Amino acid sequence: MIKSILALPNDSVKKTLTVAFALCLVCSILVSAAAVVLKPMQEANKAFDKKRNILQIAGLMEEGKSVDELYKQIEARVIDTTTGEYAADIDPQTYDQRKAASDPKQFIPLKKENDIASIKRRAKYTSVYLVKGSDDQIKSIILPVHGYGLWSTLYGFLALEADAKTVVGLGFYEHAETPGLGGEVDNPNWRAKWVGKQVYNDSGDVIIKVIKGAVDSSTPEAESKVDGLSGATLTSRGVENMLHYWLGKQGYDKYLNKLRTTKGGKS
Amino acid sequence: MNPETKKTLIDPLINQNPITLQILGICSALAVTTSVKTALLMSVALTVVTACSGASISAVRNHIPGSIRIIVQMTIIASLVIVVDQLLKAFAYDTSKQLSVFVGLIITNCIVMGRAEAFAMKNGVKASFIDGLGNGLGYSLILIIIAVFRELFGAGSLLGYEILPLTTDGGWYQSNGMMLLPPSAFFIIGIAIWIIRTWKPEQNEEPDFKIHESHLHSSAPENH
Repeated sequence: MIKSILALPNDSVKKTLTVAFALCLVCSILVSAAAVVLKPMQEANKAFDKKRNILQIAGLMEEGKSVDELYKQIEARVIDTTTGEYAADIDPQTYDQRKAASDPKQFIPLKKENDIASIKRRAKYTSVYLVKGSDDQIKSIILPVHGYGLWSTLYGFLALEADAKTVVGLGFYEHAETPGLGGEVDNPNWRAKWVGKQVYNDSGDVIIKVIKGAVDSSTPEAESKVDGLSGATLTSRGVENMLHYWLGKQGYDKYLNKLRTTKGGKS
Repeated sequence: MNPETKKTLIDPLINQNPITLQILGICSALAVTTSVKTALLMSVALTVVTACSGASISAVRNHIPGSIRIIVQMTIIASLVIVVDQLLKAFAYDTSKQLSVFVGLIITNCIVMGRAEAFAMKNGVKASFIDGLGNGLGYSLILIIIAVFRELFGAGSLLGYEILPLTTDGGWYQSNGMMLLPPSAFFIIGIAIWIIRTWKPEQNEEPDFKIHESHLHSSAPENH
């Protein structure tokens, strides 16, 4: 049977169809086998990468300790941003916020006037990561944030202290801004400038600002201003808009408010 | 190694280099050469794909119907690229994140298609594999040269290790931001082609047209 087909002239219809079919079959088996066999390793890599990013941005990395060991102090939770409550029926270990943001059943489209971070839609539920001390008190809160810069959407985390207004760290694990200009969001010097900044004022408005040039510490609200990146006005503005969006009413505002009033946020 | 095989392997390095002589695969050479590490990984990925696709296409070359020749080659190349991409995601996750779409774009890299169509369709499995390997290495050579210049002068480091301390980190070297942007790769490729063609003038193409001498206001002696 195979021999008789191979013996056919190459350009006969029967042989063309057989060759095409056989080739597709072989290739699809190869591709799907690779995908299935390697999937567990890829998932593990992804999870590890995320844990490492969270630890790095929250400033919890320690020399000589493994990521998994350090990650034990972090508790992942899922919240409903509309109410600010914890969502009890979603498993925080498996919830994938970025996947949810592209699933029509799980996202809420944003109105243009509300969409200051240019992200078009938001997931109904979002993950938050709580760093807990030995007495189960919250030490810091790590919030996933994302928004549009100049070329790309920047994905990162904002870590706040237990008072839910002082910055512990801000960092991005995925972006495609211009290297050397907007790409300087990764520069450790710039990231260090965020530490200790106040994102909210006493009445609970988001006041954090990324300004042009260097911050003069004698000006009012200097503790809520951060130096802009030189040559990267749009990326700097993107970062500011992103924080305003995520800390505002559409984002974590309600949740953070609750956390502040319940003191320590036992949940 | 017999001289024929050796020629197939060595020729694409300089004499028949896919980037500097045939000017193929330029787009990825711009995109992945900001650091040596990504360039190395991309080189390995492309070399593996070119060699394996050459061998597999050559193995079935006598049974490929002429009417669906190109699509058969594409299917084989695309499958190999997906497998390579999956392997990178499993074993070199960080670098694969930096390479992002460019591994997938090996499918459209002219070098792979070019070798399949020009060599693997007419030659045996072993020769095609060696040819793919040689062309992959020729591409790698240029890619790594570009990446060394770009990373060294753009970021002051090689393979992530600091060589020239940057002023932003308290050193003395003011980094050249343009080196990190795509145009610098064009300049470096251009200079590389210049150097190679000065060394090997036989690579210079015949000009497509000549300016007729009577149009030149020169007193050069006439000899048509």
